Amino acid sequence: MLPRLSSPPNRTRIQQAVSQFFSNYGMLLVLLLLCTYYAVVTLEEQNPRGADAAEALLDDLTARVPAGGTVLIATKANEEDRVFAAALAEGLRAAGYTPAGPVEGTPQDLRQALEAVAAQGRPIAAIATTRDNAAIVRNLQRQVTSLAETPVLTPASYRWPTFLRADNIRNVANQIVVIAIIAVGMTMVIITAGIDLSVGSLIALSAVVAAYLIQAMGGTEAGTGAMLLASAAAILLCGLVGLFSGFVITRFRVPPFIATLGVMQIASGLAYIISEGKSISAIPDGYVWLGRGADLFSLPNAVVLMILIYAGAHVLMTRTTLGRYIYAVGGNEEAARLSGIRVHAVLVFVYVVAGLLAGLGGIVQASQLKSGAPTYGLMYELYVIAAVVIGGTSLFGGEGKILGTLIGAFIIAVIQNGMNLTGVESYTQKVVLGFVILGAVLLDMLKKRGLR
Amino acid sequence: MDGIEKSFPGVKALKGVRLTLHAGEVLAVVGENGAGKSTLIKTLAGVHRPDAGTMMLDGQPVSFASPHEAQQAGIAVIYQEFNLVPALSARENIFLGHERARFGVPDRRAERAEAQRLFERMKVQIDPDAPVRSLSVAQQQVVEIAKALSLGARLLVMDEPTATLTPGEVDRLLAIIRDLQRDGIGIIYISHRLEEVFAVADRVMVMRDGEHIDTLPRQGLDRERLIEMMVGRSLEQEFPKARHAIGAPRLEVRGLTRRGVVEDVSLTLRRGEVLGLTGLVGAGRTELARLLFGADPADAGEIRLDGRPLALRSPRDAIAAGISLLTEDRKAQGLVLMLSARENFALPNLSHWSRRGFIRQQVERARFAHYIESLKIKLSHQDQTVRNLSGGNQQKVLIARWLEANADVVIFDEPTRGIDVGAKYEIYLLINELAAAGKAILMISSELPEVLGMSDRILVMHEGRISGEITDVAHATQEQILALAVGREDKAEKVEG
Repeated sequence: MLPRLSSPPNRTRIQQAVSQFFSNYGMLLVLLLLCTYYAVVTLEEQNPRGADAAEALLDDLTARVPAGGTVLIATKANEEDRVFAAALAEGLRAAGYTPAGPVEGTPQDLRQALEAVAAQGRPIAAIATTRDNAAIVRNLQRQVTSLAETPVLTPASYRWPTFLRADNIRNVANQIVVIAIIAVGMTMVIITAGIDLSVGSLIALSAVVAAYLIQAMGGTEAGTGAMLLASAAAILLCGLVGLFSGFVITRFRVPPFIATLGVMQIASGLAYIISEGKSISAIPDGYVWLGRGADLFSLPNAVVLMILIYAGAHVLMTRTTLGRYIYAVGGNEEAARLSGIRVHAVLVFVYVVAGLLAGLGGIVQASQLKSGAPTYGLMYELYVIAAVVIGGTSLFGGEGKILGTLIGAFIIAVIQNGMNLTGVESYTQKVVLGFVILGAVLLDMLKKRGLR
Repeated sequence: MDGIEKSFPGVKALKGVRLTLHAGEVLAVVGENGAGKSTLIKTLAGVHRPDAGTMMLDGQPVSFASPHEAQQAGIAVIYQEFNLVPALSARENIFLGHERARFGVPDRRAERAEAQRLFERMKVQIDPDAPVRSLSVAQQQVVEIAKALSLGARLLVMDEPTATLTPGEVDRLLAIIRDLQRDGIGIIYISHRLEEVFAVADRVMVMRDGEHIDTLPRQGLDRERLIEMMVGRSLEQEFPKARHAIGAPRLEVRGLTRRGVVEDVSLTLRRGEVLGLTGLVGAGRTELARLLFGADPADAGEIRLDGRPLALRSPRDAIAAGISLLTEDRKAQGLVLMLSARENFALPNLSHWSRRGFIRQQVERARFAHYIESLKIKLSHQDQTVRNLSGGNQQKVLIARWLEANADVVIFDEPTRGIDVGAKYEIYLLINELAAAGKAILMISSELPEVLGMSDRILVMHEGRISGEITDVAHATQEQILALAVGREDKAEKVEG
């Protein structure tokens, strides 16, 4: 007899937890399958670039060239190659070699540089270059006799899915971060059986207001304090707009769909009035810190912000009284009221949160694009709602998970990115995305029917 | 003979149930919630298909693939929730799907005449052109029956037909049933209300846990025996009333008014007292309860708790002051159906175990576990969705909720509606316990035996006013209450007539 490792009640509890997990986050499985699919179809030969390329080349070089030799670095004249050259030179010095060059530029430039090096009469042990540049260098080398026998070394290539390259994943995250942040507020709103159509317009309003204020406080010369103040004011304004929506919905019992449809028009109109219909881009370079910077373990700052917001919202919805009230109000407003819950306060709260997060989304967008324009966020409300619905939140209210929404947002991003990588044109992408939304809703319905 | 026979040995959720119905017979089906009555009806109506067993109609074996086929065969079911389109007229509803049409156009005159005939046959007056929305519940029920008859139904199944009817309407319905019976229509009558079963049934079929316990003729069957068969054990008595010392006034109400529904109501509720409040549907009982709970604003009047005036602007204020309301409609006003039993239990009580807005789930689980044990709530785990519990267990979750709230004044609105006999008994014991602990209890109920059996004192409402008080409950009768419930003027007429 084998020893029993776990008692039966324990095992059923684990099974229960597993099945609970999949019923809550079954979409996670879909996301993983999508990632796997795109990883497989984008598997191809990869050329390392920049510092990675220098590192890869250094390994090969130390094995083949005796220490102390001079290594000539030849590159094209671009930013990536300059990073490569600098990293390689530093690495060579550390390993006891003498870096020469770097020589860079067009084939003509390179030829002149190579001839100049040859004329100096220094022995060159090896020429290091990128794969893109290798053919040109080999060609030129034959024309300069003293270098004809010198080995040309390039970083080794490797097979890896384009989809899973670090820069692509960062790209996916940056593309979805605005929608994902706003979807947190939308999830709360939809759990109360409401909807907020104004979030797309609030992106534009927030971006425009922030850009306008920065422009007024010095434009490209504005300081950090001014940028922070302008952004905070824009976010707060969007919070006030959410407060207004919540007030109209609770005080006058206007259906959320209609109330926020009106607010959507108002906010969009305001964005156009403030910006006079133009893009405002008199913004300091430092403003892109949030949208393009990556300070923590090379994670983009906006993604870190998104993770913090999701963590906070998840705790709010699962661990606090307010979260419990949000579910209760959405599940049965009258029962919630008769349980002593301040239903109106809860509803106003979720619309304020939705407004604030839409405002924050607008700031991220403005930071990514280093400008504010009234055209930002067009149709974003639909992507946000799609992320929430794909994430398993019921439009009838009372049911839904914050982390489900994160998964929903990433499903949208991965499908879009994957289709871009595999060359699906954008019109077709829309059709596919539409079917994905319908599929998610159908899956949810089937799951519920199966349970009953 | 027009005999109809059906038997279903070994149906899923029905363990070898056997049912025989003769033409012109009323068969009552009784049993606790979950006994399999609904499954049985749905099988009969073609909603479910039996896994095994046979059905015979007029001696011919039949099998229905859909409700439509069952309807074609002459079987009509009137569910608790009617299948009527509110915006359409009574006539249009009756002939929906089988219009009396000429050249594809419904023949209104023919339909109207036939609808009139059907209504006359049932001795009711309903305008065939009135929209169903404007009809009373009882009238809508008649429209449903007329629809069944216009389809040529020979077997009528009625599921809890009297749950929302007033006593007068119940009598009229029972008269209609007797008429239909005379016309040779077989009727299966499902009800929790044993008085009606005794009033109308020829035979009574008892079900328990999906099994057919017995089918007996009504003659020679008594109430206690029937309850024992339903519950599967004997109950000492149906109403375990305990008497306690009644203390000082706790809740005093003076001149409470909400125009149109509650007029100038004054009452006093004492510690340890169970005050029964009854009346016809629409008399203003639930509306009064909502005023006392702050759920609706009052236009005039004063509420005092322990002598201090109370200003109730919301249920939140009432809960803070120590008043609880167990609502009449569990699903619409009490429960959040998609949440778990535990979350429903916790809703008004989160402040008991939260700190700075964070819920201490350990404490919450422990509290709920305590009530699961003491109230014998049957559930597979605390996080089970409350929707999936039986009516009795849902009610217990709500009772646990308000026990935890630890209110001094507890208002029960129809605490045993739609609940099986066993759970009813447990709820009565609980009411006793609360009274013994010095709580003041207002028990609203339409079931007169319950009001008489459980109250220390009874108030009767009629058209928004308190129409009478009965202090000597031990010697009061249902007739006495009914006379008060229909109003003094009616009563005077009756005496004269």
